[in-house]
Amino acid sequence: MSAALALGDDALVLSHRLGEWAGRAPVLEEEVALANIALDLLGQARSLLSLVGDEDELAYLRQERAFRNVQLVEQPNGDFAHTIARQLYFSAYQLPLYRELAVADGPFAPLAAKAAKEVEYHLDHARQWTLRLGDGTEESHERMRRACAALWRFTGELFRPVEGLDADPAALEAEWLATVRDVLERATLPLPEGPRSGGWAAGAGREGLHTEAFSRMLAEMQHLHRSHPGASW
Amino acid sequence: MVTPTRAEEALERELRRVAGAVPDPELPVVSLAELGVLRDVRVSYGPCGHRSVRVELTPTYTGCPAVETMSEDIEAALRAHGQRDVAVVTVLSPPWSTEDISDEGRRKLAEAGIAPPRPQGGGGAVPLSLAIRCPHCGSTATELLSRFSSTACKALRRCSACGEPFDHFKEL
Repeated sequence: MSAALALGDDALVLSHRLGEWAGRAPVLEEEVALANIALDLLGQARSLLSLVGDEDELAYLRQERAFRNVQLVEQPNGDFAHTIARQLYFSAYQLPLYRELAVADGPFAPLAAKAAKEVEYHLDHARQWTLRLGDGTEESHERMRRACAALWRFTGELFRPVEGLDADPAALEAEWLATVRDVLERATLPLPEGPRSGGWAAGAGREGLHTEAFSRMLAEMQHLHRSHPGASW
Repeated sequence: MVTPTRAEEALERELRRVAGAVPDPELPVVSLAELGVLRDVRVSYGPCGHRSVRVELTPTYTGCPAVETMSEDIEAALRAHGQRDVAVVTVLSPPWSTEDISDEGRRKLAEAGIAPPRPQGGGGAVPLSLAIRCPHCGSTATELLSRFSSTACKALRRCSACGEPFDHFKEL
């Protein structure tokens, strides 16, 4: 069930990060959009974590080292461009992955078939914003370029094989790269340079090693549940 | 395999009607049957004639927070009908699609100021070209404000003719 945990944690952690925009997004429509995407991801996380055990216990009572999400999704929101770059990289990975899982005859097929349709909207959202910011003003272009470059080293981890996941990492990576390359090109942004894998790249989230920002996120996500065990509204 | 009697079949039909008539908690103008989220209602009989009702419900979106309220509302409606043993389960497969909304459901959505989803001609959920009609004045000159609106299943648009913003039940 390590695959369910990996995918479930990806969705849960990114959902929480997007939820942090509530009350802070640049415009109201964007606030609603990010919250909607967060909600879709939370729904995926609930389904996936329920395959492993009790969803609440898994979300609220595990220590940092027990989380199996990729480091990309735990990266702080940064400015709006960072959030969009993270969305672009992640949605461009999740969509072909779910499409593949949807046609495979595994435990993820029902969820993947359903969620793939939602992720199409997520990717479209990230694509539209990347185009608008990249091909926008000098300031927005520079910020979007910086964000894409900053998160680049976290993207190699997405294509490491995950035990129990019936998907071909090399094929996923090729499709991901084609999608990202196309969007960045149309957004007049350079494809970031630098390693995506190897010693200088980041990414051991699947083994439970996380970046510093994750511990603070987890503290905030879990403190209420831990302070009031068993409480309900 | 026991063949259900005519009375048992009639009861199942009756319960399907009761469960299907429960209004959607977020869009109360449409019923769960019209929205297409009620998948099945089955009655089974245990020893001593113990009767249990199993309802299958599918969410519009994976994270739809209304599913729990729907389950409770269905359960309450069936209990009010006299059923004591009721279980509502959520199923994901096959995934719900806006194609599952009935014609009557679409009409009621439009009447409530929500542009109904357009029929889908294969392909994915995003690339679409048919015009979306303003539910207030009927103009097809409408523009997208945001792909995401008050609930996961809706997009926010504005009519260029009458200037009113409106929700559009987006295709899925």
